[in-house]
Amino acid sequence: MQKAGSDSKKVNGPLWVNAEITYKCPLHCVFCYNPVDYDTFGPELTTEEWLKTFREARELGAVQLGLSGGEPLMRDDVEIMVAETSKMGYYVNLITSGIGLTEKRIAAFKEGGLGQIQLSFQDSTKELNDFLSSTRTFDLKSKVAKLIKEYEYPMVLNVVLHRLNIDHIEEILNMAEAMGAEHVELANSQYYAWAMENRKYLMPSRPQLERAEEITNRFRERVGKKMKVYYIVPDYYADRPKACMNGWATTFLNVCADGLALPCHEARMLPGLEFPNVRDHDVSWIWQESPGFTAYRGDDWMQEPCKSCPEKTKDFGGCRCQAFMLTGDATNADPVCDKSPHHHIVTEQVELAQQPQPPAAEVKPIILFRDDKNSRKLAARDAAESEPRDSTTPIA
Amino acid sequence: MSDTPESKLSETLTVELVKQFRLQWEPAQDSFVLLYPEGMVQLPGSAGEIMKRVDGSKTVPQIIADLETAFPGADLRQDVTDFLEAAYAKGWIRQQES
Repeated sequence: MQKAGSDSKKVNGPLWVNAEITYKCPLHCVFCYNPVDYDTFGPELTTEEWLKTFREARELGAVQLGLSGGEPLMRDDVEIMVAETSKMGYYVNLITSGIGLTEKRIAAFKEGGLGQIQLSFQDSTKELNDFLSSTRTFDLKSKVAKLIKEYEYPMVLNVVLHRLNIDHIEEILNMAEAMGAEHVELANSQYYAWAMENRKYLMPSRPQLERAEEITNRFRERVGKKMKVYYIVPDYYADRPKACMNGWATTFLNVCADGLALPCHEARMLPGLEFPNVRDHDVSWIWQESPGFTAYRGDDWMQEPCKSCPEKTKDFGGCRCQAFMLTGDATNADPVCDKSPHHHIVTEQVELAQQPQPPAAEVKPIILFRDDKNSRKLAARDAAESEPRDSTTPIA
Repeated sequence: MSDTPESKLSETLTVELVKQFRLQWEPAQDSFVLLYPEGMVQLPGSAGEIMKRVDGSKTVPQIIADLETAFPGADLRQDVTDFLEAAYAKGWIRQQES
């Protein structure tokens, strides 16, 4: 038993397990948060390996399970996972694009005890921007939405907003209403992974954000309690960082398709940290003791201005990955914070977003779509960048 | 439809959890918890004891009576009513005309 005081070293949690059970995906979203080099990873965990992982996390007290991806429905053992993990006592959330969600599958999920389905609505084709008028997409989503309601799940719709679609927010909201959505999350893409590669094409301008918020507020007034609408702006526009993951390795455990265990979706990119694989270690050791998980737990690792900041217990210094991506050092304050000496990196990017950008039609050929070919290309680029210079550079 | 929002629980209808909510005992937290999509509320002590009895078969007075049998000598009426009203306002529990 873990009673307070009996063993002060024992850390609680995780409470949330997110399982990226596959990186296969029929979509090619330009803002995908999956690692850009996903196509070079080792083989996916087997059903048995997943169940073992879920069992071990459950023993530590995890109660929420997210089955995501990629598109989780690309695997044919999701039914087994749902049924087994529900039996273990998890509240199971399926996070899907809806592609592949047939009536047969949803019936099996219901039978197995699935708690909720979160349907994401996004660019399902390479048409970008045109996706709203794509009847194929709308028909498919409507069909899935109908199934979700028939099986008495709440209709939870997730829409990722960015520069190229945010001006259609009114159409998006009306579509959500037509589908009978009860919860709608309109979250601007945050700049990690694929979205980081495409950041300059994805970041909306201030007037775009203000207009979208105004429309959202008007919509909220009109629909009242029928729909709950969340609207989230990119954190680059904030002056305090997000309390990322509720603090490093306090709550959230992410397990990747290849078995790598991470304290967040993106941490694989952090240099100098070795993250454990669930194939080699049990979740208890991974969570309690592995160097990757203990690295930024608590606040010993902090530098100024975080170290002496009264807000450090509230936002934990923000996001380690964002600090690394933008400043080169994961122990720096997240530069979203205006107390950070690197805050100008964020504000400069925001200023760039106020400049006119080429229209969607011109962006389409240059923006990076998430697909296997681009994944290999980016992996090769990153590998070349991290190679020691002198080995291949000819001496002048 | 009435214009005034229903804010008070009926004494004659049974109370149940709203569909997406699930109550369970968590040994790791030494507490009952209420689970819902992507979220959790801890219900330590008496809160757990009350919610455990929200099972679709009992009315509010029956829940109070049941608790007073389990914990004799205590006058629980006000505390239980307050808690259930709060749970109702938060959308955890509901009552249905049969």
